[in-house]
Amino acid sequence: MALNYDEVIEKYNPVLGLEVHVELNTESKMFCSCSTVFGAEPNTQTCPVCLALPGALPVVNEKAIESSIKIGLALNCSIAPYSRFARKNYFYPDMPKNFQISQYDEPICFDGYVDVEIDTDEGPKQFRIEIERVHMEEDTGKSLHVGGATGRIHGADYSLLDYNRAGIPLVEIVTKIVPGTGKYAPEVAKAYVAELRDILRGLGVSDVKMEQGSLRCDANVSLMLKDATELGTRSETKNVNSLRSVERAIRGEMLRHAEILETGGKVKQETRHFQEDTGLTRSGRSKEQAEDYRYFPDPDLVPVKPEAAWIETLRAQLPERPSIRRKRLQKQWAVPDKEFAAMVNADVLDIVEATVLLGADPAKARTWWLGEVSRIANDKSVAIDELAITPAHVAELINLVASGELTDKLARQVVEGVVAGEGTPSEVVAKRGIKVVNDDGALMAAIEKVCAAQADTAEKVRGGHLPAAGALIGAVMKETAGQADAAKVRELLLKFLGQ
Amino acid sequence: MIFKTAAEMATSLANKEVSSVELTQSHLDRITAVDGDVKAFLHVDKEGALAQAAAVDANRAAGKSLSPLAGIPLALKDVLAQKGVPTTAGSKILQGWKPPYDSTVVSKLKDAGVVILGKTNMDEFAMGSSTENSGYGPTFNPWDLTRTPGGSSGGSAAAVSAFEAPLAIGSDTGGSIRQPAALTGIVGVRPTYGAVSRFGLIAYSSSLDQAGPFGRTVLDTAMLHEIIAGHDVKDATSINASVPSVVAAAKSGDVKGMKIGVIKQLQGEGYQKGVQTRFTESLDLLASLGAEIVEVDCPSFEFALAAYYLIAPSECSSNLARFDAMRYGLRTGDEGGASAEAVMAATRDAGFGREVKRRIILGTYALSSGYYDAYYGSAQKIRTLIIEDYKKAFAAADVLVSPTAPTTAYKIGEKVDDPMAMYLGDVATIPVNLAGICGMSLPAGLADEDNLPVGFQIMAPAMQDQRLYQAGAALEAALSSKWGGTLITKAPALKGGAN
Amino acid sequence: MSTLSRDEVAKLAGLARIEMTEEELVELSSQFGTILDAVARVQELNLDGVKATSHPQPLENIARPDVVLPSLSPADALSGAPAQEEQRFRVPQILGEE
Repeated sequence: MALNYDEVIEKYNPVLGLEVHVELNTESKMFCSCSTVFGAEPNTQTCPVCLALPGALPVVNEKAIESSIKIGLALNCSIAPYSRFARKNYFYPDMPKNFQISQYDEPICFDGYVDVEIDTDEGPKQFRIEIERVHMEEDTGKSLHVGGATGRIHGADYSLLDYNRAGIPLVEIVTKIVPGTGKYAPEVAKAYVAELRDILRGLGVSDVKMEQGSLRCDANVSLMLKDATELGTRSETKNVNSLRSVERAIRGEMLRHAEILETGGKVKQETRHFQEDTGLTRSGRSKEQAEDYRYFPDPDLVPVKPEAAWIETLRAQLPERPSIRRKRLQKQWAVPDKEFAAMVNADVLDIVEATVLLGADPAKARTWWLGEVSRIANDKSVAIDELAITPAHVAELINLVASGELTDKLARQVVEGVVAGEGTPSEVVAKRGIKVVNDDGALMAAIEKVCAAQADTAEKVRGGHLPAAGALIGAVMKETAGQADAAKVRELLLKFLGQ
Repeated sequence: MIFKTAAEMATSLANKEVSSVELTQSHLDRITAVDGDVKAFLHVDKEGALAQAAAVDANRAAGKSLSPLAGIPLALKDVLAQKGVPTTAGSKILQGWKPPYDSTVVSKLKDAGVVILGKTNMDEFAMGSSTENSGYGPTFNPWDLTRTPGGSSGGSAAAVSAFEAPLAIGSDTGGSIRQPAALTGIVGVRPTYGAVSRFGLIAYSSSLDQAGPFGRTVLDTAMLHEIIAGHDVKDATSINASVPSVVAAAKSGDVKGMKIGVIKQLQGEGYQKGVQTRFTESLDLLASLGAEIVEVDCPSFEFALAAYYLIAPSECSSNLARFDAMRYGLRTGDEGGASAEAVMAATRDAGFGREVKRRIILGTYALSSGYYDAYYGSAQKIRTLIIEDYKKAFAAADVLVSPTAPTTAYKIGEKVDDPMAMYLGDVATIPVNLAGICGMSLPAGLADEDNLPVGFQIMAPAMQDQRLYQAGAALEAALSSKWGGTLITKAPALKGGAN
Repeated sequence: MSTLSRDEVAKLAGLARIEMTEEELVELSSQFGTILDAVARVQELNLDGVKATSHPQPLENIARPDVVLPSLSPADALSGAPAQEEQRFRVPQILGEE
């Protein structure tokens, strides 16, 4: 009998371990001068070094070292005064040297932590995720599997290799085991990855695009009985490529482990692959023998010994921590928790802040970005920052409304125009001939017309039944094609009807 | 002309007594005449060489400023990548591979106008001491065609010794320049580790490999040394310092007041009588020139061979992983739906020779989990002790000396089935590589019992390469005046061309 | 006397990805006794407290600026490929994990 989630966490404690790989956004690769631009034609960004041609030698990218140290500092790590690169030896066709240059027992950063906050039944609660290490390594090439039904590796007739990605700098961030998250394990993991993403974005060291693979998460999950003292056997789930997947994968693995344990089985220590479509994990091909990576210090690369003064300079330049910044903005803008969470979820904090810094009212800026603009982005299935509308546009729009030059309704038309690339809000207003009808004569003509057409209703208002005025105002607005200011219409109408 | 020294040829070229094309053609003719017996070359690049020579002649005619060795032909060990020219490192696994790039050494030679005649034979991936481990058959010693020229740079040494080229490039990981120089009666220098770029040098053991020059005189060797040495940003282990003035040192050749240390551990038992005799005579000669001879104790040298045969195989097991049939070189077994894994294994079986496989397996063992500390780890600590022994010794002496090899050239096939016997031949040369310092071998005469060349080894501290040339030139001058010419002028004539 | 059994050699050959015939395995296994005895001499000394040397020169912090330089042309990159298709290296089916 399979347990449901509540029953699982009633009986077991989940233990997490998260390994996040981040592609750094350096111009050139980790150990050679090839470009790292995403999406280039196959094998156009390769050289003797990243193709592992005989005789080629690696030389480390100084920016990659700097970015790694920044990441370590932002994650409250100690920076190693002495660290080395090591070779991790195993054969795989997408890895040209058949060893990966990585770091083994001497990583560049170690012993840090990240605090994340999630909503629990008892209100917001903070969890501390301890960081074991941050180390530098290099990415592999990409293989395309040809033949077979699925385009997957199994059943393929042969594979085609593109080494453009081989040698792109990676930083791997490894947590210590994370106990004590209980039923919130999936949410904590998701919040951790989201926090990492925000920290890395704030540092400007990576594009952190999970869908492009520039941020990838491997999730280790195990279960232990509530009174147990020893850790259970863990599985490692790879291919977790979105925040939502992190949550789903961990929840799924908890359920899968529980089912195995409940039926008297043993969880296998193995690598599993997350399936985006089903939300389940699939077993990788089990190896005949345990890997023996034969790590040893890479003789082609010399030790990294960052000077203390340099580390302190980098520390002083660290941007505000995302969690602190969020608290500051929420307070400054006086946004209730729920609304603020909506902004965080919709990923509009940066853009709203930019709009506010241009003088816009925070509440209005939030409403525009979270409302109309988000809706358009959704309809078009693009990220909000890919639209043609900028914080300057929204700030201008808010000004136009405040000064009465636009009504909210008209402003929405203007947004459409800006998104369609028609120019700034003022330019759209001019081009489309949008303007509020403030001409009393024109408004009076419309009012008289409406009151004549709806004489009964007009009589009611004249007799003191004010709520009936709404229908008339609506009709006048319609008559003026929405270009009138509703407050003005009301004022003139009531005056006309002797109220 | 081909029997002259490179310095003499350079003068003739500068005085326009001969053109580079004529000089190159004479060497190509010599190769045609004698290389069927010597088999020094794997590939002769006739067209490329003549084109390079013609370009130098044109530049000279145009009055352009040229390097001292412009227009002089040279034999290149097949371990160095040369763009568009077959480069195999003596291995079947690279048969037919043409690098799309030049090694730094080749770039420097080309920039200096040195004419590259072709690629010379070597023990496969430089693993061996007799050139019998070549995938393309052995090279024969010009002094006695039934004997080996030593190795692994046996092809380069034999080419210079047989007057097929006045100069050659070799590489020295455990003695692979000095030992064949000794066995063929010429001069060979292993520069300080990091003095000559390893970029484009097909790696055997990255922390020990170093390319270096061969010549028939100390001065010729120095002239080539100055051209190939220097800092290279493409090699992270390259030393950023100016090249020692080796040509000036070779010209001065003064040892008055120089302290010469004889290493107690590198003589006596295990050294052939004739080798020991010539060594002692050379010492006496140096003393008569005003040098002070002292004895130094290097107790850790006893363990050098053991450390070397762990470190070099360990690094090679990783360096040679890239030869996997995926991107270049041999591919076998790709039929009947064989997997990439099976094709890799079949290709590495077919493409690697016995000695290479032996060292890869030994290195894989030494690095594997559970054995690392006992083998690789201990070997690296022995390395530290050897460095310390040298430090103490160099506090007492300016240069250190020993016989280069314990024996003269042995018969082809004599040791090929006894790897340990072969390894013992490197006992005197290996400590230099482990410590990353520099060493020279120069001819000390012929052993009485077999009339074969004996090498005298000189060692100097890191980046003090000029001391080798200073002491070497002094000894060479004294011996030459005793013999009435350099030793090589006493070499037996080869069929097809009188010496 | 140290030894390395045929099966141990076979396991190492697997790690080193070299297919070996039975004769090769047996031959290597028989040779390894002598070789291992010789290299095991590194364990004769008391090496406690001795630092390991991985690099013969005491260099550190050698890095290159983050600057893009021209790559090989795809034709050069693929010039040695045993097989190619669509500007990619064509390799036999890969059995390993995804």
